[in-house]
Amino acid sequence: MNIFVCVKQVMARDSVIRLDEGATWVRDDGLTFEMNEPDTYALEEALRLKEKHGGEVVAVTAGPARSASTLREALAKGADRGIHIEDDRFVEADTHATASALAAAIGQEQHDLILTGLQSDDSGFGQTGVILAEKLGLPHATIIMEIDASGSQLRCKRELEAGWFQTVTLPQPALLTIQSGINKVRYATLMGIKRARKKPFQRYTTDELGIEITAQQNVRRLYQPQQAKQTVFLEGGSREVADELLNKLRFEARVI
Amino acid sequence: MSILLVTEQLDGKWHRMSFEALAAAQAAATGLDCPLVAAVVGSGVGQLAAELASKRVSEVVAVDSPELAQYTPDGFASALRQAVEQVKPRLVLFPHTYQVRDLVPKLAASLGGCFVSDIVAMRFDGGAPIFVRQLFQGKLHADVSATGEPPHFVSVQSGAYRADAVAEGPAPAPIRDLAVSLDASVIRTQAEPPYQDAKDAVDLGSAQIIVSVGRGIQDPDNIPQAEALAEALGGELAASRPICDNGWLPLERQIGSSGQTVAPNLYLALGISGAIQHVVGMKGAKTIVAINKDAGAPIFEIADYGIVADLFDVVPKLIEALEDPN
Ligand SMILES: Cc1cc2nc3c(=O)[nH]c(=O)nc-3n(C[C@H](O)[C@H](O)[C@H](O)COP(=O)(O)OP(=O)(O)OC[C@H]3O[C@@H](n4cnc5c(N)ncnc54)[C@H](O)[C@@H]3O)c2cc1C
Ligand SMILES: Nc1ncnc2c1ncn2[C@@H]1O[C@H](COP(=O)(O)O)[C@@H](O)[C@H]1O
Repeated sequence: MNIFVCVKQVMARDSVIRLDEGATWVRDDGLTFEMNEPDTYALEEALRLKEKHGGEVVAVTAGPARSASTLREALAKGADRGIHIEDDRFVEADTHATASALAAAIGQEQHDLILTGLQSDDSGFGQTGVILAEKLGLPHATIIMEIDASGSQLRCKRELEAGWFQTVTLPQPALLTIQSGINKVRYATLMGIKRARKKPFQRYTTDELGIEITAQQNVRRLYQPQQAKQTVFLEGGSREVADELLNKLRFEARVI
Repeated sequence: MSILLVTEQLDGKWHRMSFEALAAAQAAATGLDCPLVAAVVGSGVGQLAAELASKRVSEVVAVDSPELAQYTPDGFASALRQAVEQVKPRLVLFPHTYQVRDLVPKLAASLGGCFVSDIVAMRFDGGAPIFVRQLFQGKLHADVSATGEPPHFVSVQSGAYRADAVAEGPAPAPIRDLAVSLDASVIRTQAEPPYQDAKDAVDLGSAQIIVSVGRGIQDPDNIPQAEALAEALGGELAASRPICDNGWLPLERQIGSSGQTVAPNLYLALGISGAIQHVVGMKGAKTIVAINKDAGAPIFEIADYGIVADLFDVVPKLIEALEDPN
């Protein structure tokens, strides 16, 4: 089974956000970066499928030079190869541009299954996987919580809203977007990190893939959201705020 | 050029977000001064179409076919592509449901149009509309404009528009059956009926007080602290998704779009950032308290009382104060 996993590098959670000069993105300097969380589950699922059914796991990313470290992490966890479509513009790119790049890189290789996360923590489009499937002419299923690849068709458990699920069956090759919590992700071992250095790592420019980065939607301006409610902030020592909160809940809100 | 609203239904029952999206679509039709066409998609949707026609819309179109009884991305994308090609709208609006997440990126890409997903607001200051999206898990908002060729596809976040703001029509709008040709062989996915996993008897829906923990709790060993607070308040313990994903609490205690929806008198959020998928499950609470060390966490946008602090400093003091009022 030739499995491609799309992983995106995003800024670490709990990063302190500062707007860049044009207020269309955030400043990169001083931030640390990590693999988009749902993608860690997608990678883990790919590794498990390979362990069960054999084949190869290829991690693919579209991003600036720094995102190579996220690919290295995927290799250290057990992916066999990495493909890096390197361009700074992918940081702010829309899904059309990103999916086109991923489609160009993956489309030229033999692929049985493509996995993506269901959503990126920074842009939060929740679209790239499905668009990629459409561009490659593949069937897809989203928000997947279980994959059974033992038959001729893929049987998957799809998460629906409010605690409901559904089983869907689809032919291969196919694309699935993976929901957090589908599995328990592994950590990279020291041995894995060492081995990763020798694994094949292909770097492409957009020119080499024959793609252009054009946007269909543009961020005009980023800003702090407005308060929907008039929040009363309680300040002071811990015991003080504890007492004050309980007072408010007893006598103002009357909920305890 | 018109606006097309695509509603969502399952087995003849509306998805509750359909009317929120209708409210958004009515606002867009006013803002852009153009007619609003509302679509119902499925099999045997005549009655729903009639209900929709009582609202302030220019026309209702029914996209009705036995092949559309069960949602499949191929079937629905094919049907809606034909609907869009017939109606020729400049803007196609959807509620941002799980089905829309699955369908619309494909539909939009197949028509070469852009999809501005999960918007929380729109502005029409003359010219091209501006859509507002959340970025960085709700920490920032972005004004976004669509640049490609129309139609532009847009989905509306849960709770962004109010269903009770939907305007009734002066007279029933005309209903048109929109003929689409669907070949069963184009449908590659087979979908089975929805089911619920067997659940334990935790019904958080009736709890009056809920103490809910998020990733800020940091370690499963810290859960008992939150549990002790819940107990001292006489409430139930709940959690955000990552806590249940990690197996630190069972899935049936998860609050949010994929978990339970609750409306207690008191919802105390400990170390929860306030992502929309969590917020939709608890924003109906009468009083919301948030304890979070990040003053910029989106949970504070909906909190009645906020404490910007380390939860490990405050929680023990709350327990202490409850147990020993002096
Ligand atoms: C389709 C879909 C469905 C989803 N369904 C759900 C759902 O049903 N329910 C759900 O909850 N999520 C759901 N999510 C996930 C959701 O988007 C968020 O990722 C999740 O809610 C974040 O959980 P969190 O707030 O606990 O973690 P984080 O976002 O990581 O926030 C942790 C917070 O803790 C604070 N913190 C850290 N340490 C401390 C400390 N010592 N003291 C005080 N504060 C601290 C931080 O400042 C931060 O704000 C879904 C996502 C998708 C895409
Ligand atoms: N630049 C990228 N490189 C590789 N994969 C990506 C990239 N952007 C998005 N993806 C994949 O698409 C998923 C959904 O992202 P998004 O559509 O941005 O929410 C992510 O979880 C990744 O798996």
